[in-house]
Amino acid sequence: MALLQISEPGQAPDPHARRIAVGIDLGTTHSLVASVRNGVAECLPDAQGRVILPSVVRYLGAGKRMIGHDALAAQSQDPRNTIVSVKRFMGRSVSDIAHPENYPYTFVDQPGMLQLKTCEGDMSPVQVSAEILATLRQRAEDTFDDDIHGAVITVPAYFDDAQRQATKDAAQLAGLNVLRLINEPTAAAIAYGLDNASEGVFAVYDLGGGTFDISILRLSKGVFEVIATGGDSALGGDDYDRALAGMVLQATGRSWGTDEDKSRLLAQARACKQALSDEHSHLFEVMLSDGLLSRMVSRQEFEEAVSHLTKKTLQAVKKALRDAGLQPADIQGVVMVGGSTRMPHVQAAVGELLQCQPLNNLNPDEVVALGAAIQANQLSGNNPDGELLLLDVIPLSLGIETMGGLVERIVPRNQTIPTAMAQDFTTYQDGQTALALHVVQGERDLVTDCRSLARFELRGIPPMAAGAARIRVTFTVDADGLLSVDAIETHSGVQAHIDVKPSYGLSDDQIAAMLQDSFHTAEYDKNARALAEARLEADRMWLATQSALNADESLLTAEQAAEIRRLMAEVLTAKPLDTPSLIEAATQALAKGTEAFAAARMNDGIRKALSGKHIGAM
Amino acid sequence: MVSGGIGNGALSLSINDFALFGLPQQFDIDSAALDHTWKQLQKQVHPDQFSAQGAADKRLAMQWSVRVNEAYQRLKHPVKRAAYLCELHGVPVNAEHNTSMPSEFLIQQMQWREELEESMEARQIEQLQHQVRQEKNLLLQQCAQAIDQASNHSLASQKVRALMFIERFEHDLDNRLAHLDNIS
Repeated sequence: MALLQISEPGQAPDPHARRIAVGIDLGTTHSLVASVRNGVAECLPDAQGRVILPSVVRYLGAGKRMIGHDALAAQSQDPRNTIVSVKRFMGRSVSDIAHPENYPYTFVDQPGMLQLKTCEGDMSPVQVSAEILATLRQRAEDTFDDDIHGAVITVPAYFDDAQRQATKDAAQLAGLNVLRLINEPTAAAIAYGLDNASEGVFAVYDLGGGTFDISILRLSKGVFEVIATGGDSALGGDDYDRALAGMVLQATGRSWGTDEDKSRLLAQARACKQALSDEHSHLFEVMLSDGLLSRMVSRQEFEEAVSHLTKKTLQAVKKALRDAGLQPADIQGVVMVGGSTRMPHVQAAVGELLQCQPLNNLNPDEVVALGAAIQANQLSGNNPDGELLLLDVIPLSLGIETMGGLVERIVPRNQTIPTAMAQDFTTYQDGQTALALHVVQGERDLVTDCRSLARFELRGIPPMAAGAARIRVTFTVDADGLLSVDAIETHSGVQAHIDVKPSYGLSDDQIAAMLQDSFHTAEYDKNARALAEARLEADRMWLATQSALNADESLLTAEQAAEIRRLMAEVLTAKPLDTPSLIEAATQALAKGTEAFAAARMNDGIRKALSGKHIGAM
Repeated sequence: MVSGGIGNGALSLSINDFALFGLPQQFDIDSAALDHTWKQLQKQVHPDQFSAQGAADKRLAMQWSVRVNEAYQRLKHPVKRAAYLCELHGVPVNAEHNTSMPSEFLIQQMQWREELEESMEARQIEQLQHQVRQEKNLLLQQCAQAIDQASNHSLASQKVRALMFIERFEHDLDNRLAHLDNIS
């Protein structure tokens, strides 16, 4: 692929002037990668000109694998080793899977997250997803003939903490620097809103292959404020396929048959469903191991067979409206996202409920990746004057277990992130020196009905009478929607902290080991990598400081500025050295030496916001 | 047009919510100005604006962004705002320790709960919701009057406790509606 001119004419081609950032839509049925080029977001095609990569990985044995179109084509021949819709298994255990018998896989129960038996051994959904992400990363690197600075990965808004963390791990495993996880409907709203210069309250109805999301957003001058979100992270086009195949089997008195039969039935159901979006009836015909199955299916029959699924999505829409405190009439438009929204009865039902014409002028398959690319471009610093600001929310309430297996909610759903919320607890026994904390996510009152995220203990509480200790538990949710928890006994100052990581047995070390195995086999050199990373970090810090000085040097005295310049010069001196630790030390010194400057800039920014000036306009 | 006490000194995360948003410290606030300032502040402090910056900037951005969201939630939500004003005036609401309520209020609460128990249709619940909302608006007006005109924060604090009961009941009404939706 041709090398692209990425600097403006007449400008020195500074390799740091522009960082290549991509947006990735890691979908249930297919995935895409997009990037902003020449100010326009576009999906990147593969060598054959196809932008869509089927999210399918086939393990062939002996370390070989097939990803995308070829793997999809082989699905029926080799269903057990061909993993489709892996997104449904992210952060899930076997007991979470509704009908394991409907899948041609052998699930292996593992603490935290299931694995899939393949000819290459047991695979975690994180590993399978990483194969897909690595393929897209490679595609982007080939397109630009350069390394990728970072990626924004999209997740369903209704993904819980475990599913988000699993997605982030998969990206890390694929060697991607994750700039941010953003919610799919929010990404779609960015692409849609910026294209149409829309203002007001909009709904995004996102029915994908395996997940359903509804988000209600307020758009104003580049600010995308999510008011409420809802959905079902296990409801999508796949379920429509299964319902259609089930209906045909029932009508013809046939059964699901072998794994190969299941795979063929589902593939035929998908084709038939798609055809019924344009035709009023379609022949469902598939060769099974016990003979040919052939039946004419009318659109009406299909719609009846799936009406319970569509109804479920409408219930989620109503709940989101209630959470937002809005009526259907308050919604100015509904953006339709995801291939499943091509079904005419879905469009009609959504339009009727929200009393507005569904907006579908952007390709529903591409719109999420495009929005992610726009956000990635902004986050990598390529668009310093950009007005884009995302104010997203947490989809599900977070809480901890209290006496009697009840949930005490600490962060309610639809809270704008980042957020930190605290609650005080106490001991219930005299002399109690430890407190077990069980972190859960969900809307139900009983712990057993919620998802368990983590357990940890606060130890070393000085012995006190029951009820005398005051334990403040703080939940902090970052802009990616990921949780960390702190507990402190306020009299003694005893502390405990946990980054909530689901316990599915992938430690940072294991991820590092896998990285080494799967993607950097040949010339992996630990020191070379550490050196490259140290230099990259030194560059980042130096550039960040330079841009801060350019913008706000006036906040510093001459001596302060001179000291910062001295530290910057030391970074430049250290950079060519061959010892990563020396480079890191210089970078650290610069980071430390600019803390006060960072605080002064933050204060200045807040004052400017209050005085009505806008810093970006300067 | 800087108001509410932001001078030239360093801003601290413990700054008063009203001062952080440049709003006068009173119950009656300009909610459009509040929303606008929230977005302006987040444009300055949101971690996304610092993703290409150093670690110190990122950490500070996270702290400030959390702080701005916290203050916004407290100011936007009328019951939380009233409770905050009571606390600022030395009369904390202390809902968990102070549960004594006038008996007529409690009787009304019980009547409403009975009505909810007996409601089998969404329409009945919506009617009840309407009634509850009217009562809530009345209490909010009394709260505003007690804080902004009479400066009677102990009266306001009593109204806030009543409002907290009502909000819990509203939550139950919402849940029942959602439940009816799911079984219909």
